[in-house]
Amino acid sequence: MSTETLTERPSRSTLFDGLTRYIPIGATVVLLLVMYLGGIANFRNFDSPQVVAGLFIDYAPLLVIAIGMTFVILSGGIDLSVGSVMAFSTMACAWLTVDSGVSAPLAMVLVLAFGTLWGLLIGAVIHYFSVQPFIATLVGLFLFRGLTLQISDTDVSMREVDFWQWGMTHVEFGGKVRDGGFWLPYLSFVAFAVVIVAFVVLHYTRFGRGVYAVGGSEQSALLMGLPVARTKIGVYAISGFCASLAGVLAAFATKSANPLANVGAELDAIAAVVIGGTLLTGGAGFVLGTVAGVMVWGLLNTLIAFHGGLSSWWARIVMGVLLLAFILLQRFLARSGEKRRT
Amino acid sequence: MSDDPIVQMTGIRKDFTGVRALDGVDFTLRPGEIHAIMGENGAGKSTLIKVLTGVHTPDAGDILLDGKSVRFHSPGAAQSAGISTVYQEVNLTDNLSVAENLFAGREPRLGPFINFRAMRRKAKALLDDIGIDLNVAAPLSSYSIAMQQLVAIARAVDIESKVLILDEPTSSLDRDEVAVLLGVMRRLAEQGTAMVFISHFLEQVYDISDRMTVLRNGKLVGEWSTADLPENELIGHMLGREAVVLEQIERTAAAHQVEDETPLVSATGLGRKGSIAPYDLDVRRGEVVGLAGLLGSGRTETIRLIAGADRADSGSLAFDGAKVGGHNPRTASARGIAYCPENRKTEGLVGDLTVAENMILAMQASRGWARTIPVARRDKLVAEFIEKLDIRPANPDMPVKNLSGGNQQKVLLARWMLIEPKLLILDEPTRGIDVGAKADIQKLVAELSADGMAVLFVSAELDEVTRLSDRIAVLRDRELIAVLESEADMTTEKIVDTIVAKGGER
Amino acid sequence: MNPYAKRLMWPVLILVALIVVNIAATGIDFIVPSVNDGRLGGAFVNILRRSAPLMLIALGMTLVIATKGIDLSVGAVYAIGAAIACQMIIGQEDQSAAGLIFSAVALALIVTAVIGAWNGTMVAYFGIQPIVATLILMIAGRGIAQLITGGQIPKVQDSSPFTQIGRGEILTIPVPIWIAALVFVAIALLTRKTALGLLLESVGGNPEASRLAGIRSKGITVLVYLVCGLCAGLAGLIGAANLGSADANNGGLWIELDAILAVVIGGTALLGGRFYLLGTVIGVVIIGTLDDTIINVGLSSQWQFTAKAIVVFAVALLQSSEFRGWILKPFKPKPEIAAPAPAEEVPAK
Repeated sequence: MSTETLTERPSRSTLFDGLTRYIPIGATVVLLLVMYLGGIANFRNFDSPQVVAGLFIDYAPLLVIAIGMTFVILSGGIDLSVGSVMAFSTMACAWLTVDSGVSAPLAMVLVLAFGTLWGLLIGAVIHYFSVQPFIATLVGLFLFRGLTLQISDTDVSMREVDFWQWGMTHVEFGGKVRDGGFWLPYLSFVAFAVVIVAFVVLHYTRFGRGVYAVGGSEQSALLMGLPVARTKIGVYAISGFCASLAGVLAAFATKSANPLANVGAELDAIAAVVIGGTLLTGGAGFVLGTVAGVMVWGLLNTLIAFHGGLSSWWARIVMGVLLLAFILLQRFLARSGEKRRT
Repeated sequence: MSDDPIVQMTGIRKDFTGVRALDGVDFTLRPGEIHAIMGENGAGKSTLIKVLTGVHTPDAGDILLDGKSVRFHSPGAAQSAGISTVYQEVNLTDNLSVAENLFAGREPRLGPFINFRAMRRKAKALLDDIGIDLNVAAPLSSYSIAMQQLVAIARAVDIESKVLILDEPTSSLDRDEVAVLLGVMRRLAEQGTAMVFISHFLEQVYDISDRMTVLRNGKLVGEWSTADLPENELIGHMLGREAVVLEQIERTAAAHQVEDETPLVSATGLGRKGSIAPYDLDVRRGEVVGLAGLLGSGRTETIRLIAGADRADSGSLAFDGAKVGGHNPRTASARGIAYCPENRKTEGLVGDLTVAENMILAMQASRGWARTIPVARRDKLVAEFIEKLDIRPANPDMPVKNLSGGNQQKVLLARWMLIEPKLLILDEPTRGIDVGAKADIQKLVAELSADGMAVLFVSAELDEVTRLSDRIAVLRDRELIAVLESEADMTTEKIVDTIVAKGGER
Repeated sequence: MNPYAKRLMWPVLILVALIVVNIAATGIDFIVPSVNDGRLGGAFVNILRRSAPLMLIALGMTLVIATKGIDLSVGAVYAIGAAIACQMIIGQEDQSAAGLIFSAVALALIVTAVIGAWNGTMVAYFGIQPIVATLILMIAGRGIAQLITGGQIPKVQDSSPFTQIGRGEILTIPVPIWIAALVFVAIALLTRKTALGLLLESVGGNPEASRLAGIRSKGITVLVYLVCGLCAGLAGLIGAANLGSADANNGGLWIELDAILAVVIGGTALLGGRFYLLGTVIGVVIIGTLDDTIINVGLSSQWQFTAKAIVVFAVALLQSSEFRGWILKPFKPKPEIAAPAPAEEVPAK
């Protein structure tokens, strides 16, 4: 029936396609390598594998909330509540197991279920009532900080509860650290599992592709008949789950709950996501990029710790500069894409 | 073909805050037919479609699909009931690949996971079938808008719907692409798919449709078999009595003499890569120059360069005999160039601001923020123009978004008339507005040019262009192909011939 | 009722309700000012005095939000302003020298104005989303403040006249209230007696239409971010003068969120366009009074966060037309009104 065939080769290069879309993530990887090699060149013992392994111990909770944030940002939203939800979850673990005598595994399940449900609720408010994500998630930021402080305004220790020892139980690889090996606690494997599941969900399921579609154009996604409501609410539920899981991991890691912990963790997570090459406007980015972004943040702090003479605020300043560089880079790539388009 | 209807809509009514968009409209669609819905802008075609596809819920009326009463609350619901739609704007997500766009929401899977290989294979097969060849793994954003539109059509076709709705699908397609589309439509009709086709290209409508339903001002005019409805009668039904009203001011503009021989505006080799090829165009004082061409021919792009809305990357522009450098909307307005853009809502008015505030915006902008217009002067000017242009309601403190399209257009015109420009650039000033306002605006253009103002004027309606213009620039494929000057050449036939002839050359 | 009064009705009612609750809990003294040692005091005056920094920032934020923007960096800029002034003063022998105080204040204001202008440049000229552009300084700003103070908390001598900016009074009225009132009047005059307000609302309401109408929207955008930065710096000075020190970590913590909240309570939509300076003022006083109300009704101070969360939630829902339609559905006889608005425009992300 068709008499002729119309052919068109992809002509334009935009932030979404071909090699261009790997430029930001490529830059992040190069940056990581430079930082790592710089560390090896300047500091003794920096070449120990435990330095890298340590990133996945200290920054496992951040990694988990950043993964949740990746879903939200890819869908075109933002979640400011993750730091407070995380602190609340740690505190709730302590409160349930130490003060209320709930069995620890049950407490953990309750906390995770609560975080997910809260995400569902806020997602529903954002979608059905068209409340801006920035404002809707601000509710969580205030509410859970307040609730955490109401449970306890001082540190609560969970040392007596055996269950919380599980997370730091570790596995050695290649022998002891001094023999060139390294170790990782169970909680790091939980974080790895989250990364793998997130990667598979985002890239290989309908829900995951729906997240990209909604982030690309919500209106189009709706007219294409995609389940926009389910997708938008789903990403906040995932973020809520990740934040409460991060809180549980923090409980494992420190075995204590601090009511003022993780203030500003949402900013660290957002910064890691952006440095990992995800577009803050949604629709483009990678889970593995977020892993790289978290590693940049962790490595930066590690370098400062190794240096000894530098103060920790440098990490924030450098992070700001990196953020600026990445945002300008994305902006430049997007603009050059637009130019070629017309 | 005349089986039981697959879609039967009766007595559909839909109101938007104070405006009745549809008023008791009936519509019947039979299997295997291609049914055109005809009407001017604002007649209610799109609203009717959106009611059928679940974007809007009707305020009254019934929809029967296959004899069963239905009411869709989302496009997804309509889609799963077998109604799929291709809209004028490409409603796909251009950050995803072609294949993903084709199969979004219904990807082939292995267990819970998307089978990308199978999806690409199916996408390739689907596009081959339709007659287009793309790299299905490339992101949609790397293809032209026309190709994206064909992908959207391929998606709708593949959903194996009982009803396929095509809302102005051809507006961004060229001849070959339209041929492909019409071929696909014919084949689907043979297979029994019912199609609703909306297009402002009459030629295409007559080429493909079996039946027509004509709407005017939200009301049903009637339903005809295409073979029984000659073009002139169709236009009569679409325009109603409108045609008569507009006849009265015919050629008033062309009647007066253009005295000044030094052009007010002179574009030499002015162009912008990818949007309009370099062109020469002069406009003299007191002259109305019309721009004619199909949608996407570069009409808007041409005038945007003169208006300073876009930056030209070649050629030069002279205004009042002096070469123009550093051209942008602000300097243009300072020189006396006024520009009413095509899209009132997104580029023209500030919806939340009042009628008065919108009117004085250009004048205030030219004075800078520190020099306010005295309240008394402002009120006087606003009142004067509300009366002069017959803006209704005559309330200067009403948010402009609550006005009807025609009155909004008048507010926009008033904004520029306040600064007493030498050149007035109008892009589709009469699109989607009611007949009365249309006549008012046409008269106004004629009057202003009689007073010595130069006017550059774009309209999709060739009648309007020929009626108002002293000279007509004809565009095709982003190129200015001819300027018609003599009285004898100023006919719609001549314009169409010019466009077609140029198309035949290649 | 004219639209301005209508917009202000809800915030005023909430404020009155809060005041009534406080009077009920603590007596009429809550609202009636007292004069002690030639200085105006009393619970409500103290609320106003403490709210002054938030007031300044919220006023600047109102202008930014009117242009469809947002400035997340104000808390960090607050800390930077405070750090600069305090660090400069403690570096000198004589912390009371007028010249020193003047130059410290001037330097702090210049730097914070430059930071504001930088934010505006990123938004207007580089085309970066406001939330993203100002996020950079929100993250890095406190680091910069710590860099200035060397990680210490610089402490200004109590005898230094600098502290009077936060603690002093002129004609019995506390200086912070004077400053807030003057800035309010200045911004109100600047926006309503010139055409700046109209042009701002135009740029915020429809940036492209404003450009085509010949408005210098980029210049205006930079100007409002500059004003916002300046306000944040001034707020930092008041805060530092009140405490006599600059805490880079905690000074002005979360003030950006409070400021945005105050603007939204005051009736200015986050989507830009129309703005209500008086509404913002009421919003700030509501937030200030809320904190006291918690204590006065006998709740622990930890409830402040929870109360704020409830306020954010209530405001967000009340401003959502979808929510209003949904909640009012059972009370409306006609189906047309409850039907959702046509889904023509999806808010820009």
